Amino acid sequence: MILKVEYFYYVLGAMLLMVAWMALRDRHNPRRYNSALFWALYAVVYLAGEQLPPVTAGLMMVAMALIAGFGGVTLGRYGERTAEQRRDSAQRLGHKLLIPALLIPLTTVIGSTLFKDVKWDGLFLLDPKNITLVSLGCGSLFAVATACWLTRSTPLQAMRESRRLIDHLGWAVVLPHMLAVLGLLFTDAGMGKAVAHVVTSYINMDVRLVAVAVYCIGMALFTIIMGNGFAAFPVMAGGVGIPVLVGVYHANPAVMAAIGMFSAYCGTLMTPMAANFNIVPAALLELPDKNAVVKMQVPTALPLLLVNVALLYFLMNL
Amino acid sequence: MNQTVVNLWPLLGVAVIIAGFVLRAHPVLVVIAACFVTGFAAAMPVEQLLATLGAAFVKTRNLPMILLLPIAAIGLLERHGLKEHAQASIARIKSATTGRLLIAYLAIRELAAAFGLTSIGGHPNMVRPLIAPMAEGAAEVRYPNVTMEMRYRIRAMAAATDNVGLFFGEDIFVAFGAIVLMQTILRGEGLEVDPLHMALWGIPTAICAFIIHSWRLYRLDRYLARSAA
Repeated sequence: MILKVEYFYYVLGAMLLMVAWMALRDRHNPRRYNSALFWALYAVVYLAGEQLPPVTAGLMMVAMALIAGFGGVTLGRYGERTAEQRRDSAQRLGHKLLIPALLIPLTTVIGSTLFKDVKWDGLFLLDPKNITLVSLGCGSLFAVATACWLTRSTPLQAMRESRRLIDHLGWAVVLPHMLAVLGLLFTDAGMGKAVAHVVTSYINMDVRLVAVAVYCIGMALFTIIMGNGFAAFPVMAGGVGIPVLVGVYHANPAVMAAIGMFSAYCGTLMTPMAANFNIVPAALLELPDKNAVVKMQVPTALPLLLVNVALLYFLMNL
Repeated sequence: MNQTVVNLWPLLGVAVIIAGFVLRAHPVLVVIAACFVTGFAAAMPVEQLLATLGAAFVKTRNLPMILLLPIAAIGLLERHGLKEHAQASIARIKSATTGRLLIAYLAIRELAAAFGLTSIGGHPNMVRPLIAPMAEGAAEVRYPNVTMEMRYRIRAMAAATDNVGLFFGEDIFVAFGAIVLMQTILRGEGLEVDPLHMALWGIPTAICAFIIHSWRLYRLDRYLARSAA
């Protein structure tokens, strides 16, 4: 393939290295050495990647967690413009400001649909295994270039703005990443078997509605623990869905699978463990309560979970 | 079910997570503590545990990219007034309320995701620069005395709307990862299922998700009217 996902790891690594360098030079940041070290370590994960010995990478992850966990990643000063200045340029540029922002989703969609099978000299143009990421990467680069041209800014200014946003996200940037690691570790340690064992040995599945409820609610609860519906699905489908719902009550496997996955998604809405969807947006939107998005989603997720139980109960034998 | 070989000790890792959230400890520290407890519960030596963590950390580094790559362009546009422009544009539409705007976004997000266009939307490149400022702008026009508390609620709801639209839309698209995963797992258990059927059986839930969340968005308008009075 011509455009590999690795290239974008290097781009992101370089970006993080710049963030570290700017943090180091920022005398207004009270913990500038710690902050710089944190971003530099993260940069190395992207720049060196698979060449790092696994134990070293593990130590780096622990070091980053300790720096972030004990408040070592702090805000600096970013030379932001005043609200009037921003309003003036908004009026001057108008709808043109939307062009670079919309270029990102547009390029991603075009890249991952139209350019999916495009080959050049016998090689795939875009890495077929990471087609969305590579398209998104291209879209982001086009967007920066267009934004620079439109606003007469330099790429260096774009880097300063990246640092402003990344610093505001702070540790929320690495939380989803570390949770993904925990998820893999849970799988390695046999968490799925343990949960399925507990669920099936203590609950009576002889009543059809109980079995359906255990399957759907278990899917949501397990997703709340793991933060990921994909991790919950094999456990609950293997533990309850297939042996009990399909095996005993002759449920249609397609209905069992589809509604089971949607029950898992109800769990995703209710957990801080799904950090990418729930904690990161709270940081991105500068909300003082990191759980504000989860709290807002619970009143949608709970009724929907009940709806799923009812739908599965009534539809599974159709 | 084979009941003799199941090791229940890794469940201690879950206990750590729950205890961490109850005690309001720093989330990153909670996760690291849970990693070590789970590792030791599964009888891994320290060196092997660090290697497992390190290998997983490198393997999953594609995850933050969706968040971080668009940030340079969005930051630059914000410096030049993207949020202010989004607010001014929505203020010109007289019938726009926060709730109606978010219902429209929910419909677009869910439909786009259902057709596989999951990258239309997202928190860094749609919600922060456009959707949340527009939802706030719509409230500002109606209620000049919008408090910070109301703004936070609007922003959190904008983020929630993006999630609901994405989750319950994407599962009714045949080529989506979840459908492939479900098919693979069912096949492993000896059940052959047509992906199209799984996608179709997702539609009732997708419609209910839209109705329930739209109702909540309609209630958001009522909340704003009450708070501003």
